[in-house]
Amino acid sequence: MTLAVLKNPIPVTRHDLYMSMVLARREVKDTFRDWRILTPIIMLTLLFPALMNFTAGRMLDFVSDYGAEIIATQMIPFLLLVVGFFPMSFSLIIALEAFVGEKERKSLEPLLATPLTDAQLYLGKMVAVLVLPLLSAYLGMTVYVLGLYFSIGYSPPAQLFAQAIMLTTVQGIIMVSAAVVVSSQTTSVRGANLLASFIIVPMALLIQAEAAALFWGNHFGLWWLFLALAITAVVLIRMGLHLFNREEMMGRDLDQIRLGWIMIQFRDRFTGKWENGRYPNPFRWYKQTFAIIPQLGKGFSILLAAFAGAMVMGIILANIYTLPPHLQAEFSSENITANLSELEFMLGDLPRLIFTQNVRVVILAALLGTFTFGVLAVLIFMLPWVLVGFAAGQIYLAGDDPILFLAGTILPHALIELPALLLAMAAALRWHITVIAPPPNTTLGEAFIAACADFGRIFVGLVIPMLFLAAYVEAYVTPQVLFALYGG
Amino acid sequence: MIKADNLGKKFDDFVAVHDLSLNVGEGELLALLGPNGAGKTTTVRMLSSILKPTTGRAWVNGYDVVMEPAAVRRSIGMLTEQPGLYLRMTGMEYLEFYGRLYSLKDKQIHERGMALFERFNMADASHRRLGQYSKGMRQKVGLIRTMLHDPAVLLLDEPTSAMDPHSAKLVRDAIREMRADKRSFILCTHNLAEAEALADRIAIIKRGSIVAEGSSQELKTQLLGQPQVEIRVDQRLNGEVKELADLVAVEWVGENGLRYRTDTPEKDNPILVRRLGELGLGIISVQEVTQSLEDVYLRVVADEKESKFNEVAQ
Repeated sequence: MTLAVLKNPIPVTRHDLYMSMVLARREVKDTFRDWRILTPIIMLTLLFPALMNFTAGRMLDFVSDYGAEIIATQMIPFLLLVVGFFPMSFSLIIALEAFVGEKERKSLEPLLATPLTDAQLYLGKMVAVLVLPLLSAYLGMTVYVLGLYFSIGYSPPAQLFAQAIMLTTVQGIIMVSAAVVVSSQTTSVRGANLLASFIIVPMALLIQAEAAALFWGNHFGLWWLFLALAITAVVLIRMGLHLFNREEMMGRDLDQIRLGWIMIQFRDRFTGKWENGRYPNPFRWYKQTFAIIPQLGKGFSILLAAFAGAMVMGIILANIYTLPPHLQAEFSSENITANLSELEFMLGDLPRLIFTQNVRVVILAALLGTFTFGVLAVLIFMLPWVLVGFAAGQIYLAGDDPILFLAGTILPHALIELPALLLAMAAALRWHITVIAPPPNTTLGEAFIAACADFGRIFVGLVIPMLFLAAYVEAYVTPQVLFALYGG
Repeated sequence: MIKADNLGKKFDDFVAVHDLSLNVGEGELLALLGPNGAGKTTTVRMLSSILKPTTGRAWVNGYDVVMEPAAVRRSIGMLTEQPGLYLRMTGMEYLEFYGRLYSLKDKQIHERGMALFERFNMADASHRRLGQYSKGMRQKVGLIRTMLHDPAVLLLDEPTSAMDPHSAKLVRDAIREMRADKRSFILCTHNLAEAEALADRIAIIKRGSIVAEGSSQELKTQLLGQPQVEIRVDQRLNGEVKELADLVAVEWVGENGLRYRTDTPEKDNPILVRRLGELGLGIISVQEVTQSLEDVYLRVVADEKESKFNEVAQ
């Protein structure tokens, strides 16, 4: 995805920069003339840091009485991030105003009729929206740090200050680029404000993560957080560049959910009617479904890497967290066969339990992935393989053969189950990331529905039968293989 | 200058424009008429490379609207129905901003901008905030913006709406002058008198397709038939009309006059006048009954409404 961004036409020429800056200058000037934006920003830049200084000083005095200075020393850096975040949060408001507000005030269309390219427009607006909040965030943080230095003699370590600046900057970029995505899908500021909760809630969670890292004293962890945010910013910019185009912005007049249209689109795609307006026979339907598989290459690559990564991670974790001998003994051949024998009483129900569990997991992963660009789907896919790797690692550490363990407990049904999961997750991933860059000449909605229906076809037509078969193999064949290998 | 071949635009399952073809030559003005939602705005957006056509092709000033969008947009000046100004800027700042987007030098922007402000009687307002302008003035600033870079093609949506008669006349005069200077225009309007006064040709759009196109006179003939001729006489008519039945189709008879239609007025009118004289009637006047563009427009729109009504009734 990151590479895809680099391949896209981001403005680079002098002329592009000139055009973007013409636009940005106008917007910044306009923002400076709007007292509704300016007043709170000034207050948050100058008064809020002073308030935070006062709070930090009072708190330090208070906790010192109880010998708990550590609370204050951990709190002070966190307040630095808060001081930067508050004015930065205004970028969201300015962004929604600048993008969808312009559409609502009807001043966007004349702009779109000028020689400005979509990318110049995007860059110009991004710069315009970020300039004022970023400057005030930096200024606010400086005021806060200077205040602390003069009041209690505290100065943050250079690394922490750099982290605070970088995190604040990347948070601003994320909010603005997310606001562009939101703006491209609405026609009114009101609609955009409603959708903005999809930005505010994750940002609030992010602040909590930052707080946790700082209270924990894990300042290095903030670099990882910064990296994750930077990647998110790149993905959102990529998405914004794709969505912020004339067609998306002017091809929509009302914010309305057309359930009928959505259902028809989904039905036609799922049933295969879209091809020639007629419902295909089952043979043709399967032919269409198989034709989707070659399009899942990117998903397969990601998932295979995740699969390998999960197994390696499991093995590494087994090395780090080696189980005590009595727990390792649980993995011995005697115990495994004994445990298996205990399951015999529920053998009749086992295939159904395995099947429904697997189907549930696939559905859950697919749904959670839609909110997280597929990240949670991949994590859920990885989870059991981390456990398998962990168990294999423990067996190796206990002196047993991990290959034998995998061959006996996993391999027979995994031969069917793993391809089924890979298929399902790859189709789900294609659905999740289609919003980042919908195919050309397709709207976001169309691409999303089509990819969702394609996932449905793969899931219903291929994955469910394969999981069904895998469940029977796991219930009836795998134990036999296990008994054969381990004896018993 | 502007050419569209079978242009079409679909938004999801809604067909906004269907199979639309048009041609506007150098110095020509085509007026697009049609009810709200007929597809005028979508057509203009496609011609200005804002929206991509789903089907068909179009060229503006020789540039393909899909393949060469930047060149198309450099060639056009587009006025939207609502001018969409930045109300915290002054008139001149607004022009500076747009002029720079068209890569004009600041000196050019100021000279041309002031000339246009003066032309539209707004020189004293050029340094006032746009928020202080009246509705008509805002519309004029929008128009000045479209003319600033001296485009070859102008796409104007209701350019004189909200203007007082004097301002509207200034705008119409400016359009006429630019036409004389070989600029091409598409004018979307509901002001039929304005369309009639300015347009070389008029196209009526209904449900995304052009249903009638031609000069004002051609449209009237095409949709309303030959004009009615009215003759007023100096006496009450008492059955003389029957004597004319073999000559023309009399459509209305009043106390002192009658109206008829004929496909060959140059042949029939003199005969008719002679015959009325022979019947002892003195001719006060012979004149064509004026047919307005409004009649043409309403005929087209009414057709649509009638058919809708019939659909519902059925």
